[in-house]
Amino acid sequence: MEKTIKRYWPVFLIPTMAAFLIGFIVPFAEGIYLSFCKFTTIRDAEFVGFQNYIDAFKDSTFPDAFKFTTLFAIVTLVLINVLAFLVALALTQKIKGTNIFRTVFFMPNLIGGIVLGYVWQLIFDAIFSKFDTALKLNEVLGFWGLVILVCWQQIGYMMIVYIAGLQAIPEDIQEAAMIDGANRTQRLFRVTIPNMMPSITICTFLTITNSFKLFDQNLALTGGEPLHKTEMLALNIYETFYGRVGYEGVGQAKAVVFFILVVAIGLIQLKITRSKEVQQ
Amino acid sequence: MNKKGIAALGLSLMMAGTMLTGCGSGDSDGAGKKADAKGSVYYLNFKPEQDTQWQELAKVYTEETGVDVTVVTAAAGQYETTLKSEMGKSESPTLFQVNGPVGLASWKDYCYDLGSSQVYKELTSEDFALKDGDKVAGIGYVIESYGIIYNKELLSKAGYTEDDINSFADLKKVAEDITAKSDKLGFSAFTSAGMDGSSDWRFKTHLANLPIYYEYKADGIDTTDAIKGTYLDNYKNVWDLYINNSTTDPKQLSTKTGDDAVAEFVSGQAVFYQNGTWAYSDVSSIGDDNLGMLPIYIGADGEENQGLCTGSENYWCVNAKASEEDIQATLDFMEWCATNDTALKAICGSKGAMPSGADGMGFVTPFKKNLESTNLLVNIANEYVAEGKTPVSWNFTTMPSEQWKNDLGSALTTYAADQTDANWDLVKSAFVDGWAKEAAAAKSK
Repeated sequence: MEKTIKRYWPVFLIPTMAAFLIGFIVPFAEGIYLSFCKFTTIRDAEFVGFQNYIDAFKDSTFPDAFKFTTLFAIVTLVLINVLAFLVALALTQKIKGTNIFRTVFFMPNLIGGIVLGYVWQLIFDAIFSKFDTALKLNEVLGFWGLVILVCWQQIGYMMIVYIAGLQAIPEDIQEAAMIDGANRTQRLFRVTIPNMMPSITICTFLTITNSFKLFDQNLALTGGEPLHKTEMLALNIYETFYGRVGYEGVGQAKAVVFFILVVAIGLIQLKITRSKEVQQ
Repeated sequence: MNKKGIAALGLSLMMAGTMLTGCGSGDSDGAGKKADAKGSVYYLNFKPEQDTQWQELAKVYTEETGVDVTVVTAAAGQYETTLKSEMGKSESPTLFQVNGPVGLASWKDYCYDLGSSQVYKELTSEDFALKDGDKVAGIGYVIESYGIIYNKELLSKAGYTEDDINSFADLKKVAEDITAKSDKLGFSAFTSAGMDGSSDWRFKTHLANLPIYYEYKADGIDTTDAIKGTYLDNYKNVWDLYINNSTTDPKQLSTKTGDDAVAEFVSGQAVFYQNGTWAYSDVSSIGDDNLGMLPIYIGADGEENQGLCTGSENYWCVNAKASEEDIQATLDFMEWCATNDTALKAICGSKGAMPSGADGMGFVTPFKKNLESTNLLVNIANEYVAEGKTPVSWNFTTMPSEQWKNDLGSALTTYAADQTDANWDLVKSAFVDGWAKEAAAAKSK
């Protein structure tokens, strides 16, 4: 067995490696190179050094978008994870129809972001029109609109991860705690949650990066209105790339900065939650 | 084990094989074309409304000459995005469009000099060529006009005729009178000035053209890096008129789409609808006898002689980086479009003008062989010119960037919802300061 694997490893590895190389590594390297260039199409890039980065940092809308995105990421991180955890707890109790509920909660995840954005825009605006306002007129409404939309979409997905985590906790630990006289709350915080840390790591990582990378929903729901006040990082990059003649490189530079930010935040978060994981 | 390994190897070889043959057949195809030394045409079309007609015309051309013509149409509002990605490919468009001087700035290195081409010689006037210095970079192929389309029947129900409206003051009087009587009449003056992305260009771009036009005219210039906003008060007056005399509460404008405005107009809920000759097929259902078109008056001096806003934002450019055969094939195709009877009929005609019997494109072209249009709105535009009215040129092609338009639109929406001086200052700042900022940003590149 081992010998055959040794002999045939290229058969298994090369197609995947090739796909990864063509689909990820090459465009990524090219993207970084292009952030140092002035270009209209990727075929005729002209090297300009750090000029794009200087222009990107001079643009005041970029830090604003960063602040808005960070606030959004914090709020959705807490809301999605707490709610998804509660739903997962509820749906692992022995009640009837848990499978149907799980399916229903998961379903919003199967709808594309643009469609969701437009559908929720119709819902919100129908409600707000009764109060003589509209989603695109008020950045506070826009912010909470986005939060509701993203929660609705992602809670179901995180719930599935949490359910898997809950089901993986051995019954005997819970029983042992019960025999030791631990009450419900104690068992939740001392037994369940510490044993769930791997799931929590995954879910917090996914929610944070999803929030930072959010694009379709932002584009379709508020489009950055009013006056760029609900514009998140990814949308800001898109607007930079297409909004002005000759600004493709600046948009690209922003995208590289954006990548570094997301990686840094993701790594810090992983480090924090990993350190809390326990061995079963 | 060994057998399985061989099977796996075979499978992956097959995979690789399909990939290679995929490329291979593509290449041999291309080589085949080149062997004929005919070249081929790849047209990236800007107007989704005319996609089927171009596809058909391309087929006709291929049957007639044997030269392949591929037509791809970008989705509405996605032309620049599509063009950028298509131009990055090795099989890039040979014929593409720019919208005017600002659009040309990003593509000028790709524009083949059309100065010696046949299609350039077919133009009735130099004005329809887009120049980059001495180089003829683009050829306008369609001329369009816009103004305020109105419903004659409703206007006369309200007690007016088009002769009553010869200035902004008249328009304001009529519109406000209709609003005052709207409960009795059962309709409003204006259709909703929707600020959704499908409709906001009518105001942030087309309506904004008027204050720019009058300022350029007063200053004797045709483009600027710093707009002064001399006619911003007029812009405010006309915008106030649009939003406060419409079918829709001004607070709800951000949610209204282009389709909403069309629906309101054709169902007789409003008299006036600002749009252009391209919208004829949308509004023709209310009947040709019933349709009229007024200039957009904003209360500037000399507006009694103002006509409709007429110009082009559709310029054909030939990709200078394409192979020589392809460039030649493209030039031949353009010449054919401008001179061939079948092609001209398809481009200028409307009902049943295509060889297959489908509706034509209904364009007015600036070519010598242009045919009489059956588009009523186009004919109205021509009547204004015949009466000696001065058409308003399309200066919005000099707007410094998309960003400028978007920021102006956003400020207009905010102002409409809450019509305070502070909010109008946002519009002013987007218009004047935004222009300077965007022009400087574009210059620095």
